[in-house]
Amino acid sequence: MNVNAPTMQSAREAFDLAGMAVAPDASGALWIAAERALVVADLHLEKGSAFAERRVLLPPYDTAATLARLTAVIARHDPRVVVALGDSFHDIRAGGRMTERDRDGLRALTSGREWIWIAGNHDPAPPEGLGGVAMPELRLASLTLRHEPVVGSAPGEIAGHLHPVARVWSESGSTRRRCFVGDGARLVLPAFGAYAGGLNIRDVAFGGLFRGEVHAHALGRDRVYRVPMSRCAPD
Amino acid sequence: MKRAPPSPLPAVFQTWFATRGWTPRAHQLDLLTKARAGDSALLIAPTGAGKTLAGFLPTLVELSSRPRRTRGAGLHTLYISPLKALASDVARNLETPIADMGLDIRVETRTGDTPASKRLRQRRDPPDILLTTPEQLALLLASDDATTLFATVRRVVLDELHAIVASKRGDLLALGLARLRRLAPEATTVGLSATVREPDELRRWLVDRRAGKKAALVVAPPGAPAELSMLDTRERLPWAGHGAAHAIHEIYERIKGAKTTLVFVNTRAQAEAIFQQLWHINEDGLAIALHHGSLDAGQRRKVEAAMVEGRLKAVVCTSTLDLGIDWGDVDLVINVGAPKGASRLLQRIGRANHRLDEPSRAVLVPANRFEVLECRAAIDAAEAGAQDTQLAREGGLDVLCQHILGMACAGPLDARELYGEVVSAEPYAALSQDLFDDALDFVATGGYALKSYDRFAKIKRMQDGRWRVAHPKIAQAYRMNVGTIVESEMLRVRLVRGAGPAKPTGSPRGGQRLINYPARLSGESAPQAAYTGRVTRGGRVLGEIEEYFLEMLSPGDTFLFGGEILSLVGIVENEAHVARARSDSPKVPSYAGGKFPLSTYLAARVREIISNPAKWERLPEQVREWLALQRDKSMLPPANRLLVETFPRGSRHFLVCYPFEGRLAHQTLGMLLTRRMERMGLKPQGFVANEYALAVWSLADVSAPRVDMAGLFARDMLGDDLEEWLEESALMKRTFRNCAVISGLIERRFPGKEKSGRQVTMSTDLVYDVLRRHQPDHILLRAARADAMTGLLDLARLADMLARVEGRIVHRRLARISPLAVPVMLEIGREPVYGEAQDQILAEAASVLIDDAMGPA
Repeated sequence: MNVNAPTMQSAREAFDLAGMAVAPDASGALWIAAERALVVADLHLEKGSAFAERRVLLPPYDTAATLARLTAVIARHDPRVVVALGDSFHDIRAGGRMTERDRDGLRALTSGREWIWIAGNHDPAPPEGLGGVAMPELRLASLTLRHEPVVGSAPGEIAGHLHPVARVWSESGSTRRRCFVGDGARLVLPAFGAYAGGLNIRDVAFGGLFRGEVHAHALGRDRVYRVPMSRCAPD
Repeated sequence: MKRAPPSPLPAVFQTWFATRGWTPRAHQLDLLTKARAGDSALLIAPTGAGKTLAGFLPTLVELSSRPRRTRGAGLHTLYISPLKALASDVARNLETPIADMGLDIRVETRTGDTPASKRLRQRRDPPDILLTTPEQLALLLASDDATTLFATVRRVVLDELHAIVASKRGDLLALGLARLRRLAPEATTVGLSATVREPDELRRWLVDRRAGKKAALVVAPPGAPAELSMLDTRERLPWAGHGAAHAIHEIYERIKGAKTTLVFVNTRAQAEAIFQQLWHINEDGLAIALHHGSLDAGQRRKVEAAMVEGRLKAVVCTSTLDLGIDWGDVDLVINVGAPKGASRLLQRIGRANHRLDEPSRAVLVPANRFEVLECRAAIDAAEAGAQDTQLAREGGLDVLCQHILGMACAGPLDARELYGEVVSAEPYAALSQDLFDDALDFVATGGYALKSYDRFAKIKRMQDGRWRVAHPKIAQAYRMNVGTIVESEMLRVRLVRGAGPAKPTGSPRGGQRLINYPARLSGESAPQAAYTGRVTRGGRVLGEIEEYFLEMLSPGDTFLFGGEILSLVGIVENEAHVARARSDSPKVPSYAGGKFPLSTYLAARVREIISNPAKWERLPEQVREWLALQRDKSMLPPANRLLVETFPRGSRHFLVCYPFEGRLAHQTLGMLLTRRMERMGLKPQGFVANEYALAVWSLADVSAPRVDMAGLFARDMLGDDLEEWLEESALMKRTFRNCAVISGLIERRFPGKEKSGRQVTMSTDLVYDVLRRHQPDHILLRAARADAMTGLLDLARLADMLARVEGRIVHRRLARISPLAVPVMLEIGREPVYGEAQDQILAEAASVLIDDAMGPA
């Protein structure tokens, strides 16, 4: 049996997205079991060194940290295909700034399976020599995978770009977490990158995306919590 | 009759003293002699002893004897004070003797408010005496003309030295002073200080540590002993809380009976509450004003001016008025709430009667029963002349990093020379060469084990081995970020038109918190009181308030600010929009007890009083009864052991302990204790801490014999438990952010100037997470850890306590709550309750779904 504990966990938290069962992972990735597809958004690799170019010398370990988490979630699910939903690289010079070690690590990930780089506004094309196939967007059964959510109705859309976070409150206090946000028809994924900031789902940028009842799927330590919008405060 | 020795004062000065009807004081002449001999000195003098004049007398004498002021004579004396306002005040006070004696001496101030054109002129054509702040000194030292500007300096006067040394600002000033000693080797320093516990700490601080000497000590005679008393209230003493509402009529009577009163409180919230209550009963229309750090600066200046002119009967204020400026005829100080420390109390008392021969009068008003004990201990300490402020500290590594960059901005930097300079400063005397090299490496390329930033270096090594800044923009960024004060995120409070709907008070916290609710987000309807449209801008800004406080409020909630009852309309970008509320019972801000923890010294005295009934006779009867009851029902906390009580209450089991180590250390203890209880299967649910005690509640029975109290409080909780907790601690992340800003890793407004402070916190949190995993010994993490020892987590104090009580825990199993436990138990619901894992919040919020599904339609 290759069904391990995390997959069971994911199965428990799975929900229906435009007729397809999808499972949010506590790492911030989305697992689509029927397609054995793993989707991640906004890796922002080499964001640290992009700051360094402007002489803000943030720790240069963000790419290694992001790849380590990606490696772990891939090992758990063993996907047939991995889809990176754009802004995988922080800018077009990112490939050149990656350390050899991180390049090797990424190549090892992309070579073992089908790998798709969806184009993002930060990375219209992925760097050379890292494997994977570049696409503007991808249809996967009834789903459409793209970087930026389109304006208006888009059933079956899975997107990134917005870096959703929720400030979840209860009687015990409040906590700000990265989250998936969706209404059952479309879904926005949290940013996966170690240095990716967040935008509160109460921000106007999320306005107009959803028609149905909206839920945040907030990332906890080991699992994802489905939280009603009434429990999500603005910043 | 003995002949007086010849005065060191020139005739013109003797005449001046005589015409004012004064005699030069011994310490003033003493300081003059020391300066003539080329010695640095520390002057310890009570308020009103002519401290400032003493500090400047050598300068005035020296400058009066030079032939004629020639243009370009250069800067002679630097005066540095922690407060801008103090610099201006001293400038005014200096003008009098200079004008009276017709001296040709130019005095100017330089602060953040000085216009750029004047600052530029000051560098070209400096005055004889420049009055400034530590930050401005750092900026001047980092400029490329620092060498010529400071070469002529003969004297450096450091005011309120005791107030500045024990902080990162003190570190920055110490490093600036070290550089100054190199630029002006002939300069002597003089420190002006209130009475301190250990004068040697300051004496070493004033001179080059490598010389192994100390500055000379001059001690002025103490003033008349203060008349200190505790208000023996006619009313019933509250069990908890900090409002002192019970004593408001008595406070009012005292104000009425005095000429001018300063009413000191510990927090802005208390200031607001007391001010409000005083006006409520102010039938005589006394001129009572309010002064605290959140109020608009213009508003504060008005109060200060009215005070100086003697138009006010009383000012209710926070520590913003602890220092410096002479308020004229204050004849009574009322200290409401806990004094926190003996030195702090003495400093505040000193604000009354700036005349040495008249005693200061001060009344302490405890707000609850524990505070009675603290007030008693503080009065005893003050009468014994005991001081408790610890001044010596190890210099912050983040401040060192900032200084290194500043020195590179001033011109090519020789690392060996700079190291020698840095260790000449007292806070850095023990700094190793390795650590200095790490700091230099941090400034250059971030100090990372992974060497991938060489081409992005901020400072670069030249052929001759010296370092220079890589780009002019780096010097510019340094100038924008200089200083060690990192403000907590504040929101401007703006009054918009119309009275807001006031919610009834006592509404449970954690109710509807949806502010600025975008109604189109989902099908849900916006809550009734929420802000839904754009409110007209252009209302008056009342001041600033911490974001975290406003986060606790919902639209419609009322609170006190600037002496008015306001209702929150909504939060729009970086502003809180408020309206005047039609309500006379505001939801008072529940700011935490106070910024300053109870001093270790005072805590020991409190423990001693409680444990020894012989010392109770000076306590009010209500308190004596309370303690006696505790002795009968449980036991009195012994002076050198830790009392732990356990008892059931409702459906929960409580553990209450009495370490008396201050709220911060207790909070840290609570975090670590609940972690351990969780592992022991005791199912802790939360805890609440005050200055004296900690209460933890759990679902499992903590009184059960299987619970090993000694094990629960064992010192090893500072090992792995602490490490695990630090990984996610919000306080630790805030500490790290401060270090990141001060060290120059990130700019104050990071990453984009347009973003709000909220996102800033998020970003440095991410950096903290990544750095902790990949380079746990990085210099910034070391800096943050050092801060955590004494700052928000107060780890050092907790460690001392755990060591002290090891093997000395007394456990009392009780059937019900003890009298001593009542105050901390009453804090539940008043103070924020800390839960263990934040995931609990997610689980609770998620369970709402289940409740919704299962509940009635």
